[in-house]
Amino acid sequence: MSLKRILIMFGARNKEFFRDRAAFGWNFAFPFLIIVGFGLIFSGENLQRFKIGVFPQTGSQVDFAGTTIPPSLQSDPAIDFVAIAALEGGKQKIRHHKIDLLLDGSATDNRYWVNDASPKGRIVEQLFRAALLPPGESNATRTVVDGTRVRYIDWFFPGIMAMNMMFSALWGVGYVVVRYRKNGALKRLKATPLNPIEYLSAQMLSRIFLLMFTFCVVWFGSDLLFDFNMQGSLLLFFFTFFLGGLSLCSIGLVLAARGTSEEFTSGALNFISWPMMFLSEVWFSLEGAPHWVQQLSWLFPLTHLLKAARKVMNEGATLIDIQLECSLMVLTTLLFLALAARLFSWIE
Amino acid sequence: MSILQVINLEKRFGSLIAVADVSFAVEQGCCFGLLGPNGAGKTTTMEIVENIIEPSSGTVLYRGAPRKNSFRQQIGIQFQHTSLLNFLSVKETLYCYRSLYQNPEDLDWLIQRCDLAPILKQRNNQLSGGQRQRLMLALALVNRPELIFLDEPSTGLDPQSRRYLWEILGEIKSDGKTIIMTTHSMEEAQYLCDTIAIMDRGLIIAEGSPQELITTYCKTDTITLPRAAVEHHLECLDIDFQIIERTVSIRTAQVDATLSKLLSCGVDLSRMSVRSANLEDVFLHLTGKQLRD
Repeated sequence: MSLKRILIMFGARNKEFFRDRAAFGWNFAFPFLIIVGFGLIFSGENLQRFKIGVFPQTGSQVDFAGTTIPPSLQSDPAIDFVAIAALEGGKQKIRHHKIDLLLDGSATDNRYWVNDASPKGRIVEQLFRAALLPPGESNATRTVVDGTRVRYIDWFFPGIMAMNMMFSALWGVGYVVVRYRKNGALKRLKATPLNPIEYLSAQMLSRIFLLMFTFCVVWFGSDLLFDFNMQGSLLLFFFTFFLGGLSLCSIGLVLAARGTSEEFTSGALNFISWPMMFLSEVWFSLEGAPHWVQQLSWLFPLTHLLKAARKVMNEGATLIDIQLECSLMVLTTLLFLALAARLFSWIE
Repeated sequence: MSILQVINLEKRFGSLIAVADVSFAVEQGCCFGLLGPNGAGKTTTMEIVENIIEPSSGTVLYRGAPRKNSFRQQIGIQFQHTSLLNFLSVKETLYCYRSLYQNPEDLDWLIQRCDLAPILKQRNNQLSGGQRQRLMLALALVNRPELIFLDEPSTGLDPQSRRYLWEILGEIKSDGKTIIMTTHSMEEAQYLCDTIAIMDRGLIIAEGSPQELITTYCKTDTITLPRAAVEHHLECLDIDFQIIERTVSIRTAQVDATLSKLLSCGVDLSRMSVRSANLEDVFLHLTGKQLRD
């Protein structure tokens, strides 16, 4: 294996990427736009609050004067009240899960409507009924969790970056190699002394360089906007993404090892990436999911990347704390790279 | 001494036999041409010899021994269909490819020989057909190869570019390099090749120098006349002829006797032309005139 040949191909691929303005721009714009968009939507946490509709109301804000809604419920920070003109409109919103509970503000019998198919509705119903009880009726003791508060954006950011890294690694390696094979660029390289492991290593290193470059730019840009709470070492956080990127690129190389059909490769990449995206806790936690689903998620490098990154960012974990996840990412990288080199074909 | 020997080469793709028991030898310093209609097996044979694809059976010897890993350091290839990294410039592409070899050619020499100086800064996806072929040829020469494979090097080029390419290939030949090429252009083969093998349906059906092939397979010359000059004398003419639109072609091994016959029949010979047999006549004679896919 020649390091010189790897570096030559590494440099050539990087030039290709940076000069392809559409691909280059998109690789920066996409994660940045996603983070800014979701950050703005979720940072106020208004989408996580419960919604109670109150009728009859004439304005756009609920006028509590003259209603029988308990004051403790009115001031609950977890609840938003929505003004509704008439009963029929409110029922329609309940049916479509747009609000969780509907109250008749003018009724003296505290009449309410709830959608039995809505778990949130059932919770808000309990909140409402509890608020109607006289103070001191409950025998439960309230204790607030101490420690640093983890905002949703701080939990969410590693997920969105990992997801972007996954798509960029799989498509940026898998799709590109298949396209090169299809148009004969790989055949031309086969005529040179370059061997598969040199070529694949160069492809992987080039992609990881580009991924980390993008990651750094997007991280520092997003940090200026959202002022992330980084509990652990920033260097270790970047290191977990470096290992994760290697691992994901190596999967892309296996998928690109053979074949000339971009359509087939696209299908295969989707088949791999979508389950990873949903079962690796990018968007939501798998706590409470069936055991087999949690077991299955352990097969995905994205799961280990996210676990490690969130431990570092949200819990201040050290390298020792995330050694299992790091080892698994290194192992999958070596395994998939060896498999890709074994299966690799320059031509159809 | 033969620089390359191909012995009983065979390549099957499922039930299709693309190359069937092909054997030939190429002498050092010569230009060896593989000719044949579409689908004859030329490119498959070339790619097996280049070590790009594996044969189903048969042997290829380079300098009398099986090819080793170092074979790729010693050969240059210009493929028929291939692509480069689109966003690299010509100079970067040359630099990239020559850096992959142990014994790279001098960059200035390559640029000068293949006339790449005016396009060095152009990106690969901005090159014309002729410029692209010159770059592809330069890439085939980046490692000072002893043996150069060219698969239809002038396909798609205009006459000026084609002539220029032939000049470059002529210079490479005069440097003592060995060239193995495929082509559909009989003119190109006759101009460049010392030895020609004609392939059809996976087999070599004839081999020799262009002149040997012409002498062996086409001993006739062709007399061509306007159709109007002949059509009133057809009953008098006791010779084989072929009418192609407005001309009449007569193939004959005895030009003088045929001309005497035409004169005796009163045919006007003022617009007559006589052409010696060429490689295209040999090609059509051996492979037939039926259209191939």
